[in-house]
Amino acid sequence: MFYYSVKRILMLIPVLLGMTLIVFAIIHAIPGNPALTILGTKASPEAVRQLNQSLGLDNPWYVQYFSYLKDILTGDLGTSIQTHAPIASEIWPHLAATIELSFVAMIIAIVVGINAGIISAWKQNSVFDYTAMILALIGVSMPVFWLGLLEQWGFSIKLGWLPSIGRDDIRNGVDPITNLYLIDTLLQGRLDQFWMVIRHMILPSIALATIPTAIIARMTRSSMLEVLKSDYIRTAKAKGQRMVWIVYKYALKNAFIPILTVIGLQTGLLLGGAILTETIFGWPGVGLYIYNAIQYRDYPVIQSGILIIAFIFVMVNFIVDLLYGLIDPRIKYK
Amino acid sequence: MLKMSDPVLKVEGLKTSFFTDDGEVPAVGGIDFEVKEGEILGIVGESGCGKSVTSLSIMGLLPSPPGKIVGGHIYYQGEDISHAKESKMRKLRGNEIAMIFQEPMTSLNPVFTIGEQLEEAIKLHNQRLPKKEIENRSVELLKRVGLPRAKELLKEYPHELSGGMRQRVMIAIAMSCNPKVLIADEPTTALDVTIQAQILDLMIKLNKETNTAIIMITHDLGVVAQMCQRVVVMYAGKIVEEGPVKDIFNHPKHPYTEGLIQSIPDLHGKKERLYTIKGSVPKPGSITKGCLFAPRCEFVMDKCRVNTPELSGGEHKSRCFLHQEQGRKEVRT
Repeated sequence: MFYYSVKRILMLIPVLLGMTLIVFAIIHAIPGNPALTILGTKASPEAVRQLNQSLGLDNPWYVQYFSYLKDILTGDLGTSIQTHAPIASEIWPHLAATIELSFVAMIIAIVVGINAGIISAWKQNSVFDYTAMILALIGVSMPVFWLGLLEQWGFSIKLGWLPSIGRDDIRNGVDPITNLYLIDTLLQGRLDQFWMVIRHMILPSIALATIPTAIIARMTRSSMLEVLKSDYIRTAKAKGQRMVWIVYKYALKNAFIPILTVIGLQTGLLLGGAILTETIFGWPGVGLYIYNAIQYRDYPVIQSGILIIAFIFVMVNFIVDLLYGLIDPRIKYK
Repeated sequence: MLKMSDPVLKVEGLKTSFFTDDGEVPAVGGIDFEVKEGEILGIVGESGCGKSVTSLSIMGLLPSPPGKIVGGHIYYQGEDISHAKESKMRKLRGNEIAMIFQEPMTSLNPVFTIGEQLEEAIKLHNQRLPKKEIENRSVELLKRVGLPRAKELLKEYPHELSGGMRQRVMIAIAMSCNPKVLIADEPTTALDVTIQAQILDLMIKLNKETNTAIIMITHDLGVVAQMCQRVVVMYAGKIVEEGPVKDIFNHPKHPYTEGLIQSIPDLHGKKERLYTIKGSVPKPGSITKGCLFAPRCEFVMDKCRVNTPELSGGEHKSRCFLHQEQGRKEVRT
């Protein structure tokens, strides 16, 4: 396990370097002069030249790349053109909002999806199986924005059960500590606010969980069907083991590799900021943050946003890789 | 109360069918046999003759649907278990009736250690046994089936073991609760010849030590000759011949048994092309009239195609008109 982990960590280095290079290249490929964008089109050539020099934009590209790399490594993501605030501190509350929402959505997706998939495979061709798979098909096909609007219309407007927008109540705002509101409210002992935060999360997290739930359920079902036919399941039955135990312990662990893969990919996607869901539910996440930056042509923010999303995606998949090794002892040796 | 000579397992008129889209397919068409304590019984036949379905029926492990026991009884120590509840069967499986399978490479769970799988088998039927005791018993079992480094082996995964070692582990799991009956479904088919012999020796040794009755399911008459006291020959879901091993080998009464014996390669005899029984086992349910073996039989008579022969005879029974006409005369001269 140790060598496997070390190998995976070493393999991260070229991936992360390549990632920074691509982000750097994309931003450089965008036509237009940053100095002109900052100073405005009526700036004098002299002012533009001076700004170029002070920003280091007159250096060759590799010098610029290495200074960019140095900045990233020291945690300096640059300054927003729009707000003049350092991006690293500005992006965190948004990232925290996205992480919190994605986490809750993935918990829902994993619990519901895996169980639905397991029972569908176990009771193959039963009413449950058919119902679950039709729902899963609807789940992957339903546009998230449409589902979100339906939820708001039904549960907020018609029934008035749940808030439709935001992370908290404006009149009863949460004092951020970590910016993960579930944790913050608990740290402050504000159980009323904790409950309020949960109520705000219900609709967006369900909307966000729909597609991952459906994908996980279908993957679990097909993977479990395969495993349940295998000889070692028959051996476990011949030992006199209970079917529930066989399904949830023996079969699931064997079937888990492909399930884990889709969980990893879906988590990565959600953490990248679900722009549609965040927009509909007014969720101040990273997706909404970047979307606003694009509208203002705030290049440093866009660049850092992309970099952070890519970084999260790589890290999630790295964790998934490590988990593979934990689940299947055969993987370490390959 | 069960007497020593009473059969520990008795199968009476067992009929098992598979219900498919094309209707009912009878895989086992009414078979009777019994095993006594400490006895090794061979069940022989080609692929598709219903041997494995018989064993799965006994264990209550038929894939259901589509498989179902449609007739007959299975008595374990005098009690009918053919339609026993799942909870009752779970107590028997592994504990009283254990089974080992054909494919040692895939019969062990690849993501759990040998120890976890062996200890589980013990723990399932001995809930109150302390952990230390279970571990000691596992080590003891692995040693008994002739595996070296028993202690380290407990922490290893199946892929780190060879096929022969895995089959030994399977045997250790099967023997873990000292079952009264061990069903071995072609336990050596997937192994090298030398390993085959070792595994068979091991099973004979365990049979002698523990007095566990063994039902040896195989298509290999060589295995039967080496291990069994009695043998049941199955063809297309029915028993065609049954009797003591010596009688069957020396005086086969059914042309099918004769064919099986003929097709064993002989080291000392004249080198000629190996005998084969022409054709293959008929699809279950495809022959409705006459003897099931008639289409492949060299000695087929007119009445074989019309009437169905019954299993008859004393200790050595057969299902063939030829034998019934010729008395105790051998089928081939």
